[in-house]
Amino acid sequence: MLYWEGINLKSNDGTRDVIVETIVRLIIPPIQLFGLYVVMHGHLSPGGGFQGGVIVASTFLLFALVFGLKNIEKRFKELHRTLLDSFGVAFYAIMGLVCIIFSGNYLDYQAIPFLSMEQMVKASIILILIALGLKVAAIVTSIFVYSGKEGV
Amino acid sequence: MRKPIIIMLIAVIGSIMAFSVLDLPAAASPSSPASTYLSPEYIELVYEEAGIHNIVTAVLLYWRSYDTLGEATVIFAAGVAVIAILGGD
Repeated sequence: MLYWEGINLKSNDGTRDVIVETIVRLIIPPIQLFGLYVVMHGHLSPGGGFQGGVIVASTFLLFALVFGLKNIEKRFKELHRTLLDSFGVAFYAIMGLVCIIFSGNYLDYQAIPFLSMEQMVKASIILILIALGLKVAAIVTSIFVYSGKEGV
Repeated sequence: MRKPIIIMLIAVIGSIMAFSVLDLPAAASPSSPASTYLSPEYIELVYEEAGIHNIVTAVLLYWRSYDTLGEATVIFAAGVAVIAILGGD
């Protein structure tokens, strides 16, 4: 119960808890590093874009819970969130169109001639993993921020 | 008058479906069609074709890439819906 007394979602007007804030400051960087690891190693180990993106987004939710919803705008701006979300889908779709330009099927990465066939597939998968991770992190943060807005 | 007909229909169709379950392969059975030719093929081809070691990611982003593009679009649509309903100032 003491934990929640220090948190005021609507504003950050003096109701603060030093213990919670310090622990959150310490714990956010390792969680974000782990999330990026899950995204970057999606082709080797369990995980991938969606899972890693949600782990990264969870740090922003933690930040918003402890430091207030208004302060999240300083760390992850609304414009950047919306742009990243659109970028993820657009990058994926454009990746498929590039395959068509090089006379392959839609999303058939083998057709792109920059690298050897397997290397190109691997590179495309890693690029799409990163795009998906950024996109999921942005959109989960957005949904949380808008759902917690004042008057809803 | 409609109620008994509906109940009869449900009983007939339900029993047909229940009996057809008996002919399905058991869950995770090694002799089911999916485990005899589909899964081994994916496991053999994953490194040759996709060039990566994680079979789940290879299926998700290479063989079933269209499906994942649809998933990404669904999440995008969910985000746009939330912004449209709750995002206005």
